Formats: sequence, structure tokens, C-alpha cells
Amino acid sequence: MVVQTFRPVPLPLLAVALLVGLGVLLPLVYLGLRAAQAEPQQLAEIVLRPRNLQLLGNTLALLLGVIALTTLLALPLAWLTSRTDLRGRRLWTLLLTLPLAVPGYVGVFGFFGATGGSGWLSGLLGFTWPRPTGYLGALGVLTLFTYPYLFLNLRAALLGLDSALEESARSLGYRGLQVFFRVVLPQLRPALYAGWLLVGLHVLGDFGVVSLVRFETFSYAIYLQYSSAFDRVYAAWLSLMLLLLTGSLLWLEARLLKNLAFSRVGLGSSRLPRRTPLGYWALPAYAFLLLPVVGALVVPLVSIGYWVVQYPADHLNGWEGVVQALRNSAQASAPAALLSALMALPLAYLGVRYPSRLTRALERVAYLGYATPPLAFALALIFFSLRGAPFLYQTLALLVLAYALHFLAEAIGPVRSALYQAPPRLEEAARSLGFSPLGAFFRATFPLLRRGMLASMALVFLSAMKELPLTFLLAPVGYSTLATRIWGYTSEALFAEAAPYALLVVLLSAGFVGLLLTQER
Amino acid sequence: MERGFEKEEAPLLRVEGLTKRYLRGGPPVVEGVGFEVAPGEIFALLGPSGCGKTTTLRLIAGFERADEGRVWLAGQEVTRWPPERRGVGFVFQDYALFPHLSVWQNVAFGLRHLKGRARWARVEEVLGLVGLTVFKDRKPGELSGGQQQRVALARAIAPGPRLILLDEPFSSLDAALRQATRDEVRAMLKQAGIGAVLVTHDQEEALSFADRLAVMRGGRLEQTGTPEEVYLRPRTPFVAQFLGRTNLIPGEARGGWAETPLGRVALVDEAHGPVLLSLRPEGLGLAAPLGHLGERQLEGVVLAREFKGHDLTYRVRVGNRELTVQEGPESPFRAGDRVRLLVRAKAVVVGQGR
Repeated sequence: MVVQTFRPVPLPLLAVALLVGLGVLLPLVYLGLRAAQAEPQQLAEIVLRPRNLQLLGNTLALLLGVIALTTLLALPLAWLTSRTDLRGRRLWTLLLTLPLAVPGYVGVFGFFGATGGSGWLSGLLGFTWPRPTGYLGALGVLTLFTYPYLFLNLRAALLGLDSALEESARSLGYRGLQVFFRVVLPQLRPALYAGWLLVGLHVLGDFGVVSLVRFETFSYAIYLQYSSAFDRVYAAWLSLMLLLLTGSLLWLEARLLKNLAFSRVGLGSSRLPRRTPLGYWALPAYAFLLLPVVGALVVPLVSIGYWVVQYPADHLNGWEGVVQALRNSAQASAPAALLSALMALPLAYLGVRYPSRLTRALERVAYLGYATPPLAFALALIFFSLRGAPFLYQTLALLVLAYALHFLAEAIGPVRSALYQAPPRLEEAARSLGFSPLGAFFRATFPLLRRGMLASMALVFLSAMKELPLTFLLAPVGYSTLATRIWGYTSEALFAEAAPYALLVVLLSAGFVGLLLTQER
Repeated sequence: MERGFEKEEAPLLRVEGLTKRYLRGGPPVVEGVGFEVAPGEIFALLGPSGCGKTTTLRLIAGFERADEGRVWLAGQEVTRWPPERRGVGFVFQDYALFPHLSVWQNVAFGLRHLKGRARWARVEEVLGLVGLTVFKDRKPGELSGGQQQRVALARAIAPGPRLILLDEPFSSLDAALRQATRDEVRAMLKQAGIGAVLVTHDQEEALSFADRLAVMRGGRLEQTGTPEEVYLRPRTPFVAQFLGRTNLIPGEARGGWAETPLGRVALVDEAHGPVLLSLRPEGLGLAAPLGHLGERQLEGVVLAREFKGHDLTYRVRVGNRELTVQEGPESPFRAGDRVRLLVRAKAVVVGQGR
């Protein structure tokens, strides 16, 4: 018997959760207040600058371009790896997912290191391959490193489709491609929207790629405002516009999905859909699969290898610099991971054990922190700390806090899954055996959460290790991490100097993917 | 104040006017429930799913807060006490064993007050009692359903509670195992002198397991008594139908008997006026119709026959009424046969008025 219980939410837990929620929301609110401080005349001048329109145009063009291109790439890839008789579908799926783990700025390093006069491609091909810059550069690199979000969503949807629907369409006289467009594609819409949202959030949040290829989007403009002509009010307004754009994306997704509520397909069918034999098309199919693998994995890896061996041993402090950056990254990421997992625990616990509008809203806030473009979030934190807690400004503590709040959403997942494995009955059993509520939690439930908590910490740790924009704005002066070093050297075309850092980041990313895969099992 | 005397007299568990709503202002899930359990007595709460019996159990354990009503344990009011202070054992339907602890550690979980040898000895004792000594180092996941059930019981009785609450503890076991486990558990509870409240939807289980039982419906207790009382003298049509099968027949009571569509039927208790009667299938019988009786006999047609080995159940149509009749296994009638209906037992009044 299922007992739907109304119980009062434990107040200490709620207090902690509310505090976490405030931590995410307050800086954003403060950003709005700061922006509103401008004089009316100044305000009009700032908001109506023609440059804003140009930035908006650029950002939207990039957003739509990447979404279109990733769809053209991910849809056939998902179909090929789920519905055809292709060999090694699992291996291909893994290889096609891996680019997810490569941060965009490492991707740019990979392409910059390969192209241009000094790149290894020119030695290989005998002519100079042009360096990807501007709109096309940003489009290409972002597509290559964000398409897996869409690919994974579409593949899961294709595998979950009820094949009986396609078969009935065929029995009604429709042919292969017609069936795809009339029956399959409409059912893929939820997956498409979910994937587009993720891709879109990444494009809006991206700083590493657009700054390196010098394409002026909102993120890049915020960075320019921050690094050179630091006009705070204008930077706040740019961040606000970027937030508005992100908010519209989230709203649009929610709206589109709402209308789809009834067209979703249950995963009831146990029968796997028939696999289409590729025949003569197999060869072009393999070539197509190879395309993103070469672009997003082989090129960066070869670049790293090519440039690592040319690393000037006498450069600055030589390898000590690498060790120092690694230590700096870890020093900020490790406490952030711990903090994030600790913050995730009450949020997940409330969400699972006391589901209500409030606790769901609190969990959403955590996801909002993740969806917020990191540059805007960092700027908000700077403003907020300058005003509310000046002693925090330019300290490691603020960076740790920013990491922890931003990656909170990553930490909630594993804790929540672990909580579902620990039924509330266990705590009740412990209570009936004489333990207090807190004692019962730590003796009965917590031991079962240990794995989830560790996974949460590992995920946040690895994510924070490669984080660029937050680090860029919030790290204390002179505090360089792996990510900032790669970005700095790459922007100065010092590829050999950047290579060892890129190697470390790629290794960490591989760890991240490995962890994700074990979590899914 | 003669407290000692009062303690002697106090029932092990007393529940009074328990009421619980899950939604403020919503319908009560449990309403005005009250009963007593004597020391060492086994009491069953029987009812269909959703009748509020599990909630009642959780109110007694302290997992839920009652909106109204009170709970006493051995004369001490505990209504507002948290579960950990009540010292009542609880066995969950899905056992809720701690998956990260071994069988031994699960049983030892509630023995915080014991240390060293005393603790060890108690765990071994309880494990011996449920016959799981050889499995003590296994994890719950490595045990069969029946074994898990026994660990759950051992864990609940290890701290030495005088009362344990059992929430459908046998329902996850397969039929063959269920009967044997039920007998074992009952014997063990009786031997240890532990009182118990069992929640179940299985009438056979309640009848055979409990010393006394209460039938629950829609959050209220319909009838409380020994299994014999409740089976033989149901007070409401629901109780009569829920405990075994029965035939409900309207009639006009005239003291010791009633006029019914089946003719005159003797009553267990005297009554007057319009009544609803319960006649158990085993109180009815079938015989071949006799020609010379004509209209004076109660004739019917056999609709269906269900042979079950130890007995035989017929569905018979008499007039426009369908009745269930139980006969011995050698009864010869087949579907379509014309038969004469015999009323062998006294009827029980389960409702008054129209």
C-alpha cells in the first residue's frame, strides 16, 4: 500500500536548503539591482546602443547556427548507431559521446595547433590550412563539442520508440523515408527539444571558444568590458541581457514540452526495432561517423601530442609551472566538490522525501545556477561580494563558492539516485529500534548515500578542474589554473606552452566520462 | 495512588479515538479507531487495502502523528512520543533490512544499550530463535524472502519489546512458505510472551494467526472479537462478506425466526422487523427434489460447480436469487441439474431495517 503522507518538512533541513537557494538567486537579483542603478539618461544610452543589437544578432546567429548544425550531425549519427546493422555500435556510441568531455577552449587549442603556418597540418599537407576564426570558427568548434548532448538524447529516444507504430505506418502504405518524417520524427520532438536546450545553454554560456576565435557575442563583450574598459553598469546590463536570453530559452523549452505532454511515448515495448541493413551505404555511413570523431577527438589529441614534445623545458619555471597550475586547480576544486555535495544533500533529501512545490522549486533553483551563463554568474558574484562581503572579493573562498553553486546541479543527481535506493522505511526501522531522527539518518540512510556522495564530489571536482570563465573572473590575482593557462597561451599562439596543460585537462575529462558511464550502470 | 496495581491491570496497548487525515480538511484515513491488546495477546487488524489499517499501525508506532485520539502502552500515554521512545518493535511489509549491514549487524542494530559479551549473547540467542545462526555473516541481499522475513522479525524482537507491530509480514512470501512461517512466528511470539498487532488483508491469515481481531473498513472498525465470534456472528454485511463467503438474504424477523424468500429461517439471536441475514454456504445444502413435496420445497437450478477436493461449492439459482452452497466432495449434482435447497444452520442478523 502506498501511503502518501503529509508531514511537516524538518526545519533545519529547510533552512539549509533555502540558504543554498538564496546563494544562487541573490547574486542574480543583485545584478538586476546594480543594473537598475543607472541614471535614466545613461540607462537609455546603454540599453539602446546599436552595439547591443549587433551582439544580440551575433549571439542569436551562433545559437541558431549551432543548433541547426548539431541537428544535421546528431540525427543521422543517432539513427546510424541505433537503427542500422552497423558494426561496433557500442564503440561508435562511446567515441561519439567522448567529445562532450573536451572543453571548448581545448578544442580551439587543438584546431589552432593544427592549422595556420605553424600547425602540424601544414607540414602534413604541404599547404597552410586557414585558422578557424570568427563566426565560422565558433560555429564549427561549438558544433563539434556540443553535438553529443543532442546525439545522446536522440539515440535514447530512437531506442525507446515503439516499433509497432512504424510497422503500422508501413502496413498503411508509407515507405521508409515517409515513415521517418511522418511517424518517427514527430515522436523525437521531446528529445530534440531537450537536446537543443542543452546545446543552446552551452552556446550561450560559452566563453572559451568565442573569446579565442574572437567572435563578439554577449559573453565575449562581457569579458571585454571586464578586462579592459571596465564599465560596471554596462557589464551588468550585458549580463542581464544574456540572462534574459537564457531565460527565454528555458521558457521556450518548457512551453514546447508542455504542448507535447500527450504525444510522449511510453517505453513499454520490449521488442527492439528492426535494424535497417545498410548495404552499399555502409561505407559512406562509416565515413560520416568518422567525421566528428576525427574533428573532435583525433585533431585535438594529435595537436596535444605534437606540441607536448616541443614543450620548451626552459620555459618560465618549466614543468614546475604545470604542477603549480594543477595544484591551484585542485586547491579550488576539491573544497568546492565537498561543499557542493554537502549542499546537494539537503536539497536532494527534501526533494525525494518531502516532495512539494517548495522543495521542487528549490531543486529548480539549483539547476538555474547551472543554466546561468558562468560569466554572468561570476559578474553577479563579484558585484554582490563587493557590496555585501568585500572581504571575500579576490579570495579563493569566493571562487570555491562560485564553483560549488554553479555545479550544484551535477552534485544533486547522484545523491538523489542514491536516496531512491534507500527507502524511508529504513529510517523508520531505525527509529523503532531506538534511534533519534538524526541518528536514524546517519546509521540507516547515510551509509547508503556514501557512493552517491562520492560520485557527486568527483563530478563537481572534475568539472571545476576544467572550468574557465568562473575562474577567469573570480580567481585571485596571479592565481592561474590549468584552464586559464591553456586559454592564455592559446590566445597568444604559444601552443607548445599550452600543450601539457591541455594534456592534463583531457586526462581529467576522460576520468569524468568514465565516471559518468559507471554512474549510468 | 496504587500505581503497582494499576500497572498490573493496564492492557499492553490501548488505542482510543484515533483519527488521522493526510490532507488538512480532507477525508480521514483513520477515524475513531479504538481497541485494546492484552499482554502476550496477538491482535489482527483485517481489512481491504486502503482501509487505513497500515496507517493505524504507523500511528501506534509513532511514524505518523494522530490528529485526534490517544495511545497508551502499558498504562503510559505515548501519543506524542517519538517512535524511538516507545520501545515497540516493527516488522515492515518489505522488511526494510539495512542492506549495508550483515544479518548479525542488522539484529544487533537496536541493541545499543548492550555492550561486548552481553550484546553478542543476545544476538546469538535471537538468531538461534529464528534459526538463522548459520547465515549471520550474509548480507540481506543474499537471503531468500523467508530468511529476510525472519531477520526482520529477529531485529524487531532483539531489544526485547513487549509489543511488536507486523505490517503484512507474510504477504511477500509464496503460498507454501507462508503457512509454515506463520505457524513458526506465532509459536515464537507465544513462547516469548510478546504481544503483537498484525495488519493483513488475508482473512484466513487473520483468523488462524490472531487471538482476537478487528475488521476495518473505510478508516473505522466494524467489529472486534475473537475469530470465532466475528466469523460466526458478523454484525454487518461487510464483515460477513469479508470473512469468508456468505449469502445475504433479506427477511422479516419474528423473534427466534424470520420469514425470508427461502422460507422460514431460524435466527441465532432474536430479532424483530425487517432484517438482512447472513447464511454461510456451509449452512446450506442440496438434495434431489422430491416429487411429492411440490410447491413446498425450495427448488433451484445448479449454475456452476467448483470442485476443490476437500469440499465442493455450487452456485445455485433459487427464484431470482443466486446462492453459494457448500457440500461434501461426493455431492453428485452438475450444472443444469434441478435441486432442492436445504437450510441447515441458523442465520445471523447483519442489518436491521430496509
